[in-house]
Amino acid sequence: MSLVELRNVSKIYRLGDEEIRALDDITLDIEAGEFISIIGPSGSGKSTLMHILGCLDSPSKGTIQLDGVMIHNASARELAAIRNRKIGFVFQFFNLLPKLTVMQNVELPMIYSGIPAKQRRERSMASLEAVGMANRAKHRPSQLSGGQQQRAAIARALVNNPRIVFADEPTGNLDSHTGEAILQLFRKLSNEGRTIVLVTHDPEIAAVTPRRIEIRDGKIAVKLDLALAGLDKRPPVQSQVSLAP
Amino acid sequence: MNGPLGIGSGRGLPLPEIEVSSFQLWITFQTGLREIWAHKFRSVLTMLGIILGVSSLVAMSALVAGMEKGAKEALIAIGGLEKVRVEAQDLPVEQRYLSDQAVGITMNDVLALKQSAPLVTRISPEMRLPATFSANGKRFRPWNCVGVWPVALEMNEHVVEYGRMFNELDDEMARSVCVIGTDTRDELWGSPEKTGEEINPVGQIVFINHLPFTIIGMFQRYESESDHKARELAKAQPASQKNGAVARNRGWGGRGRGGGAFAFKNRTVYLPLNTVWMKFRSGATFAALTAGGSTAPAGATGDPRLSSLELKISSVDLLPESLQQIRNVLMSTHKGIEDFTFRTQEDWAEQIKTFVHNARLSGGLIAGISLLVGGIGIMNIMLASISERVREIGIRKSVGAATGDIFVQIIVESVVIAILGGIAGMFTSFGLIQMISSFSPTDNAPIVTVLALSIAFGFSVLVGVLAGIFPAIKAAKLNPIQALRYE
Repeated sequence: MSLVELRNVSKIYRLGDEEIRALDDITLDIEAGEFISIIGPSGSGKSTLMHILGCLDSPSKGTIQLDGVMIHNASARELAAIRNRKIGFVFQFFNLLPKLTVMQNVELPMIYSGIPAKQRRERSMASLEAVGMANRAKHRPSQLSGGQQQRAAIARALVNNPRIVFADEPTGNLDSHTGEAILQLFRKLSNEGRTIVLVTHDPEIAAVTPRRIEIRDGKIAVKLDLALAGLDKRPPVQSQVSLAP
Repeated sequence: MNGPLGIGSGRGLPLPEIEVSSFQLWITFQTGLREIWAHKFRSVLTMLGIILGVSSLVAMSALVAGMEKGAKEALIAIGGLEKVRVEAQDLPVEQRYLSDQAVGITMNDVLALKQSAPLVTRISPEMRLPATFSANGKRFRPWNCVGVWPVALEMNEHVVEYGRMFNELDDEMARSVCVIGTDTRDELWGSPEKTGEEINPVGQIVFINHLPFTIIGMFQRYESESDHKARELAKAQPASQKNGAVARNRGWGGRGRGGGAFAFKNRTVYLPLNTVWMKFRSGATFAALTAGGSTAPAGATGDPRLSSLELKISSVDLLPESLQQIRNVLMSTHKGIEDFTFRTQEDWAEQIKTFVHNARLSGGLIAGISLLVGGIGIMNIMLASISERVREIGIRKSVGAATGDIFVQIIVESVVIAILGGIAGMFTSFGLIQMISSFSPTDNAPIVTVLALSIAFGFSVLVGVLAGIFPAIKAAKLNPIQALRYE
């Protein structure tokens, strides 16, 4: 069983009499431990797909199974719980809360999962160490560079040990050098066994991932498998890390 | 081996149940405080409405409670609810032609009531005497110089401090004795505040309408509890003699009705009823002596009319029945001519109640409006706050905050503002009370009750909750995707 199983998922908006199919009958599997990118020009529906995969939105049609749980008709409360425990988000604009310190930002998801303060501190410190930001824990986001803010955001995405991490144009707001470092960090996390979905419009960035899916007009246009990509000759990531239940 | 964060160990995580635990509430509370601290000036302005509402509620209730207490003290001082006064009254229009047949209130009525009105437990006839007192080279006109039976002492809750009350024998023998209130002593010989010592006038001779009387007793000084305290305080600070004078002025200045009752008692002089009748009213005596004064007897045959009767009934619950009984007896002795009327303290008690009720109502209305305005202020600021924080709400939702978490966060912020305002308001209320008292001093010190404080505080919390509901719903319903895109 795959980590994510999308079956015939559609998202349809109605603008007056007109019907807009943001997603049109998408079927997709994502395995645990995969590093995958979803590419496509703006308006292609890739963000909608990420929102549905990330439990921020619900599909109009079709079924989604995430980590063995059917989520296409889950309530808002259940979706919030799934986002909290199983999903991490990394955004283009970092989306750290400016009034909180880096540490407090990283603790945020754990507050909503009801983890005691001591454990929150330990785990957020460990998470910050993993992204190389432990020495900035007491800083405010405004005191950090873009790359550092994005690292803090990644630490926040990882802190609740999610099953899957979504990164929406994570380098879009960074210079190419810093962006490269962030991609490097994602690659490192992937090597550690994380399931990471990179959403981007830039084929160059998508090129770092072993598997790429292109979305065009709400449909999967090209489905590249590992062999076709030909970028990474190493064996599939699953084999490196024990993911056995 | 797992990664540094134990990656891979999370499989099989059960679908979590999110609930607002107490520690989460505490974090939310801290978040609320931080938010308020981040906008100090704005928050203080918002709280001002609640502060005004709470402090006016507390101050109003304290002032009313003080007045109520004072009024009740005074009510007890004049003899309580069981007292009924029978006074002379003009005849009703349809009986006017019988006015020459009206006998007025006489001793006849007293005897008849004693025999035929079992619900009346005590009768005290009064014969009022317009009198001028002179002694020690000074003159004084007390408000209430009356001839009474010794029973008047208990009737009007008088307490003799020096000497004694006259007794039945003094009355029967029509002795020239009197028992005075402290004001008479103060006016003729000087008050303790002025002379620095308490003068005991017992044994002194005083001329009442030029006739010599021996003072055989003096009542204690009557005053409300707050006046008493003020006087004790003035006594404790001998340097501030001015203060003492102010406190004393209040004593008989009689601003409130309650003050009047005490002042009235202090200006009372009791003479034996028989003495007043024999020496001033019977018409047989000293016409020449009194001719120049304003107290000329009604005629050579004398005037046997009493000015009033004071009756004590067995119980307030039986007041209507008692009044009926008294009326029946008096109608018979007065030959059906209604030249008398009843005065009960019930009217007064009713007035106190009505007054307190009205004061509470109007004060409560003002305080309620302030609280309402305060609540609108909170709601307004919360709405402004959430539209500033749309993105924050989106971020919180994306990391797993449920609708309920956001709702609770906004409500808690609103309640925190209200609570802080409420606490500040409780402190401010003491200042407000001082300010109001200095503008319009009353005889009765305001009483701040714990009940009033807690009610006001409770209302402020309630206002906080109510004002937070709409903004909280609005925030909780935000779509996370749109909220994240919000610039």
